[in-house]
Amino acid sequence: MRAFTYERAGSSQAAAAAAAAAPSAKFIAGGTNLLDLMKLQIEVPTHLIDVNPLKLDRIEPTQEGGLRIGALVRNTALASDERVRRDYGVLSRALLSGASGQLRNRATTAGNLLQRTRCPYFYDTAQPCNKRQPGSGCSAIDGFSRQLGVVGVSEACIATHPSDMAVAMRVLDAKVETVKPDGATRTIPAEELHRLPEASPHLETVLERGELITAVTLPKPVGGTHIYRKVRDRASYAFALVSVAAIVQRDGSGRVALGGVAPKPWRIEQAEAELPRGAKAAAAALLDGARTTKDNAFKLPLVERTLGAVLSEARG
Amino acid sequence: MNRRDLMAAAGACAALPLTQGGARSQPAPAGKPVKAEVSFTVNGRKHALDVDTRTTLLDALREHLHMTGTKKGCDHGQCGACTVIVDGQRINSCLSLAVMHPDAEITTIEGLGTVENLHPMQAAFVKHDGFQCGYCTPGQICSSVAMLDEIEAGIPSHVTSDLTVSVTLSESEIRERMSGNICRCGAYSNIVEAITEVARTRA
Repeated sequence: MRAFTYERAGSSQAAAAAAAAAPSAKFIAGGTNLLDLMKLQIEVPTHLIDVNPLKLDRIEPTQEGGLRIGALVRNTALASDERVRRDYGVLSRALLSGASGQLRNRATTAGNLLQRTRCPYFYDTAQPCNKRQPGSGCSAIDGFSRQLGVVGVSEACIATHPSDMAVAMRVLDAKVETVKPDGATRTIPAEELHRLPEASPHLETVLERGELITAVTLPKPVGGTHIYRKVRDRASYAFALVSVAAIVQRDGSGRVALGGVAPKPWRIEQAEAELPRGAKAAAAALLDGARTTKDNAFKLPLVERTLGAVLSEARG
Repeated sequence: MNRRDLMAAAGACAALPLTQGGARSQPAPAGKPVKAEVSFTVNGRKHALDVDTRTTLLDALREHLHMTGTKKGCDHGQCGACTVIVDGQRINSCLSLAVMHPDAEITTIEGLGTVENLHPMQAAFVKHDGFQCGYCTPGQICSSVAMLDEIEAGIPSHVTSDLTVSVTLSESEIRERMSGNICRCGAYSNIVEAITEVARTRA
């Protein structure tokens, strides 16, 4: 790990201003991803701003009948919240399918959204990686790519976003609230938070320099059957090969988003129009334009089958 | 430079005391070690430390406080050997900085029981042979003690079938909830038996 200076944030705006002022500052909350990457010198901040003192750890009802989840609410606390379990089951399920008990006790809501890919070449500093070192090339496209993306990927990068929680947030139409260094606040729909890699995979979100996530809001509950189905190489404590977050209504209509296949939670409007016609049609819409490697081509049939299993579970 | 030399170099560096809340460490020339103060309670005893900001909670326990019961396995949050209980919750001490825990109440394996008076979970691990080499054991025991508290608090898991009713203890619940603790000797079935016995006694 490289040396860094450290401060505890006094307020959200002060934290954002401090992050913008320092040459390469990072916020630290749970630390479960950042410290891992700092030990490997993939992340090399010279200044850390500890946001844990900020009072952003509450889950409160909104005026619109939804929930405002503080950026620092831990994954365990969010998954266990009675309102989330009752009204947003897909979110509880997604959180509980990720990481381990120890990690969920520390990992935060905002940190989970901002976690970096687990592409093996991003982690291997001896290999080229356009995300880690822009312009160096992508080792994954012709490399070991079993875990990697099939849609939304580019010539420059086929990394996936590793979060389960973010997939559920996407299907719930969550919104991200932020504060900028000058104190201005804004609301970013979950679908707009993450960028596609295109030619610059090192740019992962639309957040500006110093901008701090303060909360994630969920709209009023939409009812329906909530399912998060995750397919992975072992039964627990592994990243998704394919995951499906779904909210299915009694008439067969619903919403669906995929994890494990794209650089961001993957939700396509056309696929939801096809949902009442079944998994084959919906999967085809979700995977339109897919670009696979020898190692990850299996994900195309796996998406269709996982979606099929979800729809049959929803029918009961 | 090895790690001990680095710590010695860090010790020679001037430091600005870090107070609770809104404080910052002294800015340092690029790449030079930076020190900061933090105090927390470990197993009922308060400690004040002056550490390199890079020091993980795990290294603070082992290298500064010389409490080597907590083990370093992967040092990347994958194996669970470093599990300790902080303010009632189990965490990976390797993925947390010491300076991030002002005023925390930390329990390590040394604080759960003594040789003369084992914690019930320690006794159950001995009785059921819940280990072979023993390296993952402190983490397994800290994790399982806090895990049973999580079940008691009604926290659901990936294998909990109904999110809206209280959790029922079962072997699959224990296995799922302990998946963050890896045992390379493969003592899992005996670990599950040990935890099950303690859970039944507590219930």
